[in-house]
Amino acid sequence: MGQIFPRNANLFVRVSIFAGLLGATTLILLIAVFFRSNAYRQVNVAIEQPVPYSHQLHVDVLGIDCRYCHVSVEQSYFANIPATETCMTCHSQIKTESPDLAPVRASYASGDPVLWEKVNRVPDFVYFNHSIHVNKGVGCSTCHGRVDQMPVVWQTQAFFMGFCLDCHRNPENYVRPLEEVYNMEYVHPANQRELGAQLVAQYGIMPPDQLTNCWTCHR
Amino acid sequence: MMQMQSLNRFRRFFRYSWLALLVLLLSGCHFDMYNQPSIRTYEPSSFFEDGRGSRPNVEGAVAVNAAFYDEYFLTGLVDGVPGDELPLELTRELLERGQAQYNIWCAVCHGHAGYGVSVIAQRGGIVPANFHQQRLRDASLGHFFNIMTVGVYRGDPEQDGFRSMYSYASRISAEDRWAIAAYIRALQLSQNATIDDVPQDRRGNLGNN
Ligand code: HEC
Ligand code: HEC
Ligand code: HEC
Ligand code: HEC
Ligand code: HEC
Ligand code: HEC
Repeated sequence: MGQIFPRNANLFVRVSIFAGLLGATTLILLIAVFFRSNAYRQVNVAIEQPVPYSHQLHVDVLGIDCRYCHVSVEQSYFANIPATETCMTCHSQIKTESPDLAPVRASYASGDPVLWEKVNRVPDFVYFNHSIHVNKGVGCSTCHGRVDQMPVVWQTQAFFMGFCLDCHRNPENYVRPLEEVYNMEYVHPANQRELGAQLVAQYGIMPPDQLTNCWTCHR
Repeated sequence: MMQMQSLNRFRRFFRYSWLALLVLLLSGCHFDMYNQPSIRTYEPSSFFEDGRGSRPNVEGAVAVNAAFYDEYFLTGLVDGVPGDELPLELTRELLERGQAQYNIWCAVCHGHAGYGVSVIAQRGGIVPANFHQQRLRDASLGHFFNIMTVGVYRGDPEQDGFRSMYSYASRISAEDRWAIAAYIRALQLSQNATIDDVPQDRRGNLGNN
């Protein structure tokens, strides 16, 4: 029987072993990069909502406080999305004919909720709590960006574990005075580290070894 | 000879069995920890007929702490007439709490000083009341609490009547509503203060804020 493969096929086989290994590694890396990419995480992607509600108009132009709508952000782990009744407090008298508001009126009449799309999320194995952050001087804009400039809400960053830990290791780099928590325009002063350390002591924020314990967030 | 061959096959099987292990490992990659069967707030659920995970209150449900308060604390009314008594201790903290809450909830429409001038009012459609009109300056404290609790209905339900101000009872706790009422009273006093209201020893501080 004659040879089917020529002699240099050996080289091909050897190279293909390495190429295969390289390919497998690249594939795994690519998958990892994809799952951490902004495209997969929907970062900076404006999410279409059933009602073209604009934070820019209601917060920046009209000057409504976050807590007027997100009532429970101070008291609960969850920052609620406002009930239809909250919108109707004003929109039963303002823009009552607007077609943009038709889903809100329909919801108020029928009692079925408006189906808002969720924008920010953490996986179910992570426990996040708004009230503790808001009451210890972590401002909305630190995590959500300039919501008051957004006609439609988008995520300004992915909530990776590293993002949470970066602050839990050094809270003094981020905490602000309590009365500035809802201030969207707040800029950290030049002496943030000194001021921060002072505030950390004043608010009794837990030491980093406690705040970075796995069970703080995975419980 | 036959035995050798089957032994070889056996060895070959073991040599490549790690591949099978790898495949088994891959089957561990799934997302059910990311999206667990438990229902998070507002998550939809196919378990209930209307598809809502968060259940509406059962009719007749009483809030946990509602039983601790008396009728006056929750309505501001004594026998259907607004009372004039503050059921909480009047402290600086209470007024500061009232101010903070007023600025969140009421200033949007009634304005920070309570004159009914605000961006919302300017846009038209809503005509909020001025707290410094004589009728409201004479009104008792319970009236403000009651308005926050039940809202204002204007006109006749038969002919174009409408709710001109909605109830805030579901959004502001009863304590905070009393704090706001106390703060509105303070606002009214502040807009009509005379030099006699300032204690003698503080008059020097006037004007050099
Ligand atoms: C007039 C009511 C109102 C006010 C005031 C308001 N919001 Fe909202 N907010 C909404 C509604 C309605 C949604 C849901 C629709 C959407 O995502 O656009 C929302 C959504 C959000 C979301 C995204 C929620 C998600 O799905 O992940 C964030 C973050 C947010 N608001 C932050 C803020 C901050 C910060 C402020 C204060 C500066 C604020 N909001 C003030 C009504 C309001
Ligand atoms: C405190 C009063 C107030 C509340 C509460 C409020 N809005 Fe508005 N909204 C306004 C005003 C004022 C305008 C601007 C009207 C104008 O352009 O003159 C407006 C405009 C809008 C518009 C644009 C309508 C159009 O046709 O231009 C939408 C959509 C809207 N609001 C949705 C909502 C939703 C959804 C909620 C509830 C989460 C809400 N609003 C709560 C006061 C309010
Ligand atoms: C420490 C970071 C952080 C701060 C500070 C923060 N948020 Fe959030 N917010 C999050 C995360 C993370 C989520 C997603 C939570 C989830 O999926 O359970 C979220 C979700 C939300 C939602 C959607 C509803 C929910 O709870 O899932 C709203 C509305 C919201 N935030 C509003 C606010 C407002 C208003 C403030 C300021 C008072 C604020 N947030 C401050 C991190 C933060
Ligand atoms: C900018 C700073 C900052 C960021 C970002 C941040 N945290 Fe925190 N976190 C804090 C501070 C400050 C506390 C308060 C600690 C205390 O109670 O003393 C806290 C407390 C907590 C607690 C409560 C701890 C307890 O046992 O009471 C949880 C849970 C938590 N954070 C989860 C998260 C998660 C999940 C993320 C990421 C999505 C996150 N945090 C991002 C600053 C931050
Ligand atoms: C400050 C809060 C916080 C603490 C403390 C924390 N984690 Fe996480 N962890 C998160 C968040 C948020 C995610 C989700 C990241 C994502 O969405 O990719 C996460 C995800 C994970 C994942 C899934 C892999 C991934 O990156 O998605 C593992 C595994 C994990 N954490 C392990 C740990 C261990 C082990 C510890 C203790 C050393 C720990 N975590 C402490 C917040 C925390
Ligand atoms: C969405 C706009 C809006 C908000 C927010 C609002 N109000 Fe009003 N309020 C009105 C309007 C409009 C009237 C006028 C009602 C009428 O005359 O028909 C009114 C009237 C009143 C009156 C006078 C009632 C009377 O005896 O005639 C009081 C007192 C009052 N509001 C208190 C409050 C308090 C306290 C808050 C904060 C918790 C508040 N309002 C928030 C719109 C608002």
